[in-house]
Amino acid sequence: MGRVGIVTGGARGIGAAITSLLAEDGASVVVMGLPPDRERTEALRASLNGAAKRVHFREGNVAHYDVCKGIADEVRAQYGQIDFLVNNAGITADHTIRNMTVEEWQAVLAVNLSGPFFMTKAVLEHMVERNYGRIVNISSVVGHTGNFGQANYASAKAGVMGLTKTVALEVASRGITVNAVAPGFINTDMVAAMPKAAVEAAIQKSPERRLGQPEEVARVVRFLLDESSGYITGAVYDVNGGLYM
Amino acid sequence: MLKGRVAIVTGGTRGIGGAISSLLAKDGAHVAAGYSKGEETARKFKEGLEKGGSSISVHQGRVDDPTDCQRVVQEVIDKFGRVDFLINNAGITIDKTVRKMNADEWHQVLAVNLFGAFHMTKAVLEHMIERGSGRIVNISSVIGETGNIGQANYAASKAGLFGFSKSLALEMAQRGITVNCVAPGFIETEMVAAIPKAALDKVIERIPQRRLGKPDEVARLVRFLIDDDSSYVTGAVYTVNGGLDM
Repeated sequence: MGRVGIVTGGARGIGAAITSLLAEDGASVVVMGLPPDRERTEALRASLNGAAKRVHFREGNVAHYDVCKGIADEVRAQYGQIDFLVNNAGITADHTIRNMTVEEWQAVLAVNLSGPFFMTKAVLEHMVERNYGRIVNISSVVGHTGNFGQANYASAKAGVMGLTKTVALEVASRGITVNAVAPGFINTDMVAAMPKAAVEAAIQKSPERRLGQPEEVARVVRFLLDESSGYITGAVYDVNGGLYM
Repeated sequence: MLKGRVAIVTGGTRGIGGAISSLLAKDGAHVAAGYSKGEETARKFKEGLEKGGSSISVHQGRVDDPTDCQRVVQEVIDKFGRVDFLINNAGITIDKTVRKMNADEWHQVLAVNLFGAFHMTKAVLEHMIERGSGRIVNISSVIGETGNIGQANYAASKAGLFGFSKSLALEMAQRGITVNCVAPGFIETEMVAAIPKAALDKVIERIPQRRLGKPDEVARLVRFLIDDDSSYVTGAVYTVNGGLDM
């Protein structure tokens, strides 16, 4: 693909699958993540053979605009271009609203919703100048449905859909597409961290009776990032085994 | 690659359907393209693809006639051994405001666009269930999401496909069969070319990207959804509309 882009949270879970698929497809991928993601990125590179040289790590928290801008500018300076951005970084801090602290609310919104806004803002002028760009935001089925104990996460992920559509409208005539992918319950550390009974219940509720694999989400992202997907913008593509229709 | 696979594409010799047939055939599938009228067009389409080395057959039949649907599906299974993919693409328009639309105009559009998908699905479903795998993609429309002046019948039929797809997706979720909708915006086809120029210009003004889509831009989305690796995508509506539905 020969393209250059950033995948936030690209060292683990769905993000790692996205990084791998894009790198194997010839793209240069800058993984943006927190300090422990440096080692995870190394491990990911080790699994990639020839594509490893196209994967690089930048440490930074998407919850801070200055950090986002700094990394975007660095990537642009080093590679000369940013063709795509995948806003994948996300956290959970699950509690029912009665038990959720203001800090837990703010932390999840900051990473999962403000993060995509900051990163988008950090790359957008460059993409507008080049009249080309692909932005994919990773939302969640929970953004459609809500979920017990996830008021913060569900709000952030629903918010991502609103952000996606608005940015899509604002840059529609600039060669830039902006779309969201909304996965169901995917076999990642995040889902593994859920109580076993809750995962079992999620599987039972899922029409296909299984968790998805990170690669099944990654290929939807890959599809949307393709140059030929230029007529798809402002869309939310679900990949959830039928969990939400 | 789709070598050894068999696809049925209704309305598969023209417009979006033609682009879908071409893409799947180029990717190695045998494509059985359905058509109701336009035998000459169908024959030329078939010859064109065969010259390119593709495996293609064309089948005359009306999707609003269950007997035709069963006959064509049986023809395809008899000759090509299997049906892996069903693309319910055949569609017609008869545009009038509701005040002027008669019951016959209502029925005709529903019969082809919505009942047709039901009849074709019925005709292939037992076969797919027996094989434990299948991909059904229904071509809906942005109009199914938004409605459109003068298209009550078309909009109802296309919105109806959403409900049909999702119900079928639920029923088939544990049988290896996925069912999804693709909802195109305004695409450069004969159907759109039939819109008066002034009206079409107004439509384009409303599209955030200020252009019509190309049939190939829809076809590649269909190709993506029928892939073996897309098995976790079911009951979904994938839009491709230049931002029109926001």
